[in-house]
This record gives sequence, structure tokens and C-alpha cells, in this order.
Amino acid sequence: MIRIIGSKLFWRSVLIFNAISVLLPVFFLVNSSLRSSTDFANNPMQLAKHPYWHNFAQVWQNGDFANFLKNSLVITGGSLVVILAFGVGAGFVLGRYQFRGQNLILGFVLTAMLIPAKLMILPLFIQLKWMHLLDSQIGLILVYASGSLPAAIFILSGFFRALPVDLDNAARMDGASEGQMIRKVLMPLAKPGLAIVTIYAAIPIWNDFFLPLVFIQSPEKKTIMQGLTIFFGEYASQWGVLFAGLMIASLPLIILYLILSEQFIKGLTAGAVKG
Amino acid sequence: MAKQGLKRQQNRMALMLLTPALATILIFTTIPAFTTLSYAFFHWDGFQRGSFAGFENFSRLFHFPFREQFLIALRHNLLVFVGIFLIQTSLGIFLAYALFKIRRGQRFHRTVAFFPVIFSLVIVGYTWQIILNPFFGPVDYIFHSLHLDTFARSWLGDTSTALPTLVFINLWRWVGFPTIIFLAGLNAISTDYVEAARIDGASEGHIFRKILFPLLAPSMTIVTILTFIGAFEWFDLPYVLGGSSGGPAGATDTLALMFYRLSFGSVDSIANQIGIGSALGVLIFLIVGVGATLGAKWLRGREVEA
Repeated sequence: MIRIIGSKLFWRSVLIFNAISVLLPVFFLVNSSLRSSTDFANNPMQLAKHPYWHNFAQVWQNGDFANFLKNSLVITGGSLVVILAFGVGAGFVLGRYQFRGQNLILGFVLTAMLIPAKLMILPLFIQLKWMHLLDSQIGLILVYASGSLPAAIFILSGFFRALPVDLDNAARMDGASEGQMIRKVLMPLAKPGLAIVTIYAAIPIWNDFFLPLVFIQSPEKKTIMQGLTIFFGEYASQWGVLFAGLMIASLPLIILYLILSEQFIKGLTAGAVKG
Repeated sequence: MAKQGLKRQQNRMALMLLTPALATILIFTTIPAFTTLSYAFFHWDGFQRGSFAGFENFSRLFHFPFREQFLIALRHNLLVFVGIFLIQTSLGIFLAYALFKIRRGQRFHRTVAFFPVIFSLVIVGYTWQIILNPFFGPVDYIFHSLHLDTFARSWLGDTSTALPTLVFINLWRWVGFPTIIFLAGLNAISTDYVEAARIDGASEGHIFRKILFPLLAPSMTIVTILTFIGAFEWFDLPYVLGGSSGGPAGATDTLALMFYRLSFGSVDSIANQIGIGSALGVLIFLIVGVGATLGAKWLRGREVEA
């Protein structure tokens, strides 16, 4: 027994078994999205020999679905712009300058990182209503930005701090202003940090459905994950169409993950692992 | 002179760059976090704040009919924490060790192991709902075709299997996360210790128990705390699969679902109870905050310097 556990063969089989457990449901999803609903209802376990693309056409023709996707893109994109623009600035100042009150500001940012967004949903709801930002994409973008900014600032200030000080002095000697120095010298060097922050923030926002559930009421403003819950009510037991809908909603991230898996893993575990 | 000019330019720059970020955090995180505390101490009529209530909302939470709901939900959260902690953490260490041992193809297996983490819980939830569907899903289809009909059941519709099934789906979606954290932990351990033990004739199992596992303590701290926070704020998966009342028949109800129902109303009662909801919110925050702080303190204490 101990021999077996010590062997490479055993550990390799563990990994292969795990890969099958992970990929089988995903394969089931892809395969079923290419079968007609009646075909699936007859036997859920057959291969899609003749891909039934009609499911995807049907999802696409449901005008709402395309609109949900567009809304998710706008909200995720908008949040990222705010997070990166504000985060780079604050990260630069906290990582690179030394001034009185710096620790106070860092403490403020770190405390905000510990506040769970779900539990302050009520005051946020009432506050957004008062600010006329309820049922508004801008309101949602600002709430997402606020949620991701503390960690973004923390990660980026670490990156900026690690860059050599001589860079700044050389740039200043050459007559660069502080703004030029950030844009031309430091930003390109902090690119890995920007990639981590982008993924760290973008994935949970794209995938989230709690905040839109609470804050967005107009059907035309809903996001894709929220839209899926409506979609599942509308097309109940039209299996092929439901699978196609799930596929379309997950495809953007699957493709990105296949290209950028290393950055994804770094980005999504950034909050947990030091440095 | 030039230096003072630079200092002034820097001060202006710092103010200009810090203000947007800090203002956003202040308005949309810090202020609501403080007001959430105050909400619990007032009477509410819908979204209209009434008179000061003292601890009345808290005491109502501990009386009929909220008390029963609260205790059931709390019990579910505790079970979910213990279940996730035991299964997900040990499986995470197991998979991390397998990845650590196998160098050839490690990149592929690491990518695959982490893959489910990128999926939205809505997509994961619905996909598994169909996989486990008693009439059309492949799982029960296999049981029926093998004439093992006793094993086929409505996994998510049966009150006795609904919660364990949710924990299982959660495991599928999340186990890659602790795996990667533990793998990073294993990779950070100096190979000198392992080499020295090997020269002394220690077995692989012995090396894992006496050297690698104790040195994984920092990763264990992170994983445990994140699991604890996640388990007591568990909302998305039970909501997608069981609705806001934690169906079937409250078998998957959690504190966060109860908080949501009290805050925004539910199918059974449209009227919301913001005061009691906020009291519950404060309570969840206390459980998570105190639990995570004490837990982190205790877990850090048992970490050894590597």
C-alpha cells in the first residue's frame, strides 16, 4: 500500500482522475449545447454527431440575451476603467512617495478590504436611491470599483514600491514631470501588476449576480448572469437552448483562460498569496 | 529651491491621484459599512426609518418566528463550513501534493485543476442542476440503466440530500483554489529539508507528515480563514439552486439568504423587515469578524518559521 502511494504512477493517476472530474461536466455542457432538445430528452448521454447549431441561433434571436451580454461588457469594462485609472494613481502615490499620514491612508484602504459587500447592501441600496444611482449602470460600476479598489491599490503600490528609485531621479533629471514619469517610465514596468489587477477585478465582476439582483430592476439593464436566471424560466425544458445560453455566457472567460491561464491563476489568487 | 519645487509638485500630485480612489471607497464602502450598524437600532417601515429601537430588533430576531429560521440557517452554515473545510481542504492538499510530485505535465494539470474557479456560480449551478435532474439528467440516467434505481433520486429536490449536494457542487467549483494555494506553499519550502531527511532514510510519507505538512501551516491559515468567511456568507449557490427561501422546504437556507429575505422581502412575504435584517447583518458580521480574527490568531500561532 505504502509503495503504491509513494509511486509516481499513483500521483499521476490522481491527476488524471481529477482532470476527468473537472472536464466531464464541461464536456457535457459543450456537447449538450449542440444537440436538439428532444434528442437530449430522449437520452442525455449521447454524443452530438451532427451539431445542432440552431440552439445558438435561437439564443441569439432572443433579443434580450445579446443585450444582457452587452450590459455585462459595459459594466465590467466600465468598472475596470475606473479601477485601473484610480488604482494606478493611488498605488503610485502610496508606493512611491513618503508623506505624513501615509500609514493612516494605508490603514483606511486595508480596513475597507475587510468589509464584506453583501452585509452593507441595505444602506448602499438606500444611499444609491438617494443619489439617483439605483437601477443605473453607473451606480453599479461605482460600487464594483469601490469593492475592488482597496485590493487593487494594495497590489499596485507593492509593484510600484519594488521599482528602483533611480528611475524616478533619472526621469526627473531629464525634465519629465511627475505625470510623464508615471505614464512613460513606471507604467510600462508595472504591466504585470496591471494584468493581475485586471483579472482580479474583471472575473468576479463579470460573474457576479448578487449586486445586479439587488440594484438593477429594469429588464433592459440586466447583466448576463442575472439574465440567465430569467432565460431559464423562459425556456424551461428546452434543454438545447438552455445549454447554448450557458455556453455563450461562459465562452468569453473560457477562451481568455485558455490564452492567459497563468495570469488568471495569479490574478484570482492575488488576494490570498503574499507578494 | 528645486527640491522644494519638486516637493510641492509631489504634494499636488498626491492629492490629485489619491482623492478619486479614496473618495470612491469612502462613499461606496466605508460610509455604508458604518450606517449598516446604525440601521439595526431603528424601527423601519419598508424603506422608511422610524424611531430609535434600542436592541428590540435583536431581541425579535431571537423570538418566534425568526428564532427558528435563524437557528436552522446557522446550523446549515456551520455544517457547510465543517463539510467544506474537511473535504475541500484535504482534497486540496492531496491534489497539490500530486502536482508537486509530478513535474511532467504539471502545467496542464494545474491549468485544468483551476479551470472551474473561473466559472460563474450561476453557470455552475444551472449546469449541475441539469446534470442532477431526476428525469433528464445523466447521473440518474446512469443509475437507472444500471438497474440501481435505489440510488437515483432528486438530488436537489430531496430535503435530505439537497445541502450535501450543494456542498459537492461547491467542491467541484472551488477545490482548485486551495490546491493552487497549497502548491505555492509546497514550492516555497526549501528543498534542503527534504533532501536532508531523504539522506537520513525517511520515507516519503514520513517526509510529508513531519516536514511538508507542518511547513504548509501558513497556507493552511489562509485557506481556513477564507473557507470560514465564504461559508458564513454563502449565498450565490443556494440562491441559484434553491431560491431565496433555501428550497426545498428550507433545507438549504443560510444566514445570508435569511438576511436577503428580511432586507428585500421574499416570495412568501413581500413586506421587508429592514431593522431585523440589519440586526442579522450585524450578527453575521460579528460571527465572521470575531471568528476570522480569533481563528487567524490561533492558526498563526502554530505556524513554524520555514
